Amino acid sequence: MFDARGRANQVSSINKKHRFAGVQSSIELVMLCQICNKRTATIHLTEITNGLRNEMHLCEYCAVEQGIAAKSQVSINELLSGLLAVQPSDEEMFGPSEEKKSCPICGFALDQFRKEAVLGCPNDYEFFENALLPLIEKAHNGKTSHCGKIPSRMPQGAKEQIKLANLQQQLDVAVRKEDYEEAARLRDKIKQLES
Amino acid sequence: MKLTDISNDINEWFNGSGPLSDIVVSSRIRLARNLAGHKFLSRCSTTEKSEILTKLKEVLMSLDLGDKIFYISVDKASDLNRDFLVERHLISRHHAAGRGPRGVVIARREFFTAMINEEDHLRIQVLKAGCQLSKCYEQINHIDDMIEQKIGFAYSPRFGYLTACPTNLGTAIRCSVMLHLPALKMTGQIEKFFHAARDMGLAVRGLFGEGTEAASDLYQLSNQISLGVSEEAIVSEFENTIIPEIVEYENAARKELLSKQVDTLDDKISRAMALLQSAHLISSHEALFLLSHLRLGINMYERMGATTPALKRLRDLAELPRDKSGKGADEDKGLSITTINRLFMLTLPAHLQLNYGKPLDPTHRDALRAQIIRSVLNKET
Repeated sequence: MFDARGRANQVSSINKKHRFAGVQSSIELVMLCQICNKRTATIHLTEITNGLRNEMHLCEYCAVEQGIAAKSQVSINELLSGLLAVQPSDEEMFGPSEEKKSCPICGFALDQFRKEAVLGCPNDYEFFENALLPLIEKAHNGKTSHCGKIPSRMPQGAKEQIKLANLQQQLDVAVRKEDYEEAARLRDKIKQLES
Repeated sequence: MKLTDISNDINEWFNGSGPLSDIVVSSRIRLARNLAGHKFLSRCSTTEKSEILTKLKEVLMSLDLGDKIFYISVDKASDLNRDFLVERHLISRHHAAGRGPRGVVIARREFFTAMINEEDHLRIQVLKAGCQLSKCYEQINHIDDMIEQKIGFAYSPRFGYLTACPTNLGTAIRCSVMLHLPALKMTGQIEKFFHAARDMGLAVRGLFGEGTEAASDLYQLSNQISLGVSEEAIVSEFENTIIPEIVEYENAARKELLSKQVDTLDDKISRAMALLQSAHLISSHEALFLLSHLRLGINMYERMGATTPALKRLRDLAELPRDKSGKGADEDKGLSITTINRLFMLTLPAHLQLNYGKPLDPTHRDALRAQIIRSVLNKET
């Protein structure tokens, strides 16, 4: 059924349900796998071959056996990419300790973030740092610290510290790119600032 | 200063000038800022919002921008005025639809606007015609410095500028360019642009709101990552990598139209001319669609020296003596990129109604729009 020829004229869609995903499929009841009849079917395959529709409901194990789904690592990370659209519950996402916390300054709690997608006050970044870091990382392509403008009002010491962090970050990039000329320039600048 | 003082002409950044302006219509940079010592807006009472508004308004109105600046209260503005500000790109749709005390500070020449109490306390933006992102950044950075002299922003050494939504965190910068990509669409390659944008981690939006990009072929392309990369690096990536790549795609598609698909091109341009010259009722959507084709046609004979039969007729139309009194130099008449851009903007619903002096139902708007376009294309006086 899944040979190379068959694939050419079939449209298949794999709708993988995950226990963290908030989206409900059209099948609400727990369904058993068509092959083993033991485990819950989590993979629902709709196949249209020459105009004929065929549905299959398989458990993850049998699906892998059948070569339908690659042993999936569709992990929480993957699901979080739909971050603001489909949110896991706070407990699942952040662990039980974060769930009930609320910011002492603005009273903001994480379930509000899920609803509104905005935070309550600048302090939330510090207060909910553990919970927010994975989201920040995801939104900014793996980056979790600032590189760029420093307000002129910052005290001189703090300013230099940030400048140093910025340079260090640029140095890492230069080394990764194997741009050693730039790396040497940055290293000298860092030395100069440190002394 | 009243909105009707600006509503009967296009703004500077939309006048079709500037580097690479046949494809890059305009450049825009926006910075998001929040006041230190205040909550983000979702947790602010009306009183606190008013307090923030008063503080920021005072600072902004005292800036020396080399232009007159004025303030508009968005919460007190009429629906029509709000729609006008959105069409004009002076405020966002989100700001127009928001709640509570909020406003916008605008430079008379519209190169600078500052939204107060949008998603963040302050969102400033600088716009310029053509591909000029580094100039935009230079100017907005200077303005940001001037504001910071007078008021402190929420900032952490670790995360940079703190914004209400973590997706804007860090530099809190958004660079965007408005691109006119009709040939990619005509040759069925617009997907290429979407893929390129996605691969580079960029967002694509329509110019005049959701869904309009398909009509006007005007797309807004912007960065999504704002943390861990400096402002200069983001701007330079746009100017040196992203924009040249997309300009090259569009230029290749324009050449392909001339070498392999002349009939497709000429058909679109002839139809656009015929319809715009004769229609008596025209929707905003249809006008955007047809004007986009004329804009492409003018760029093709002006910049590429192309001379297909339809392009020749379009050029003849554009170069026709304006009127007998010798007022041929009158820029309001005749066809050029500037007049096409003007028609794009001035025939949008809120512009039409504001310039007419009162609200109009859709059919009357369609009639007025068609009349304005006919008068420019047919040189009616």
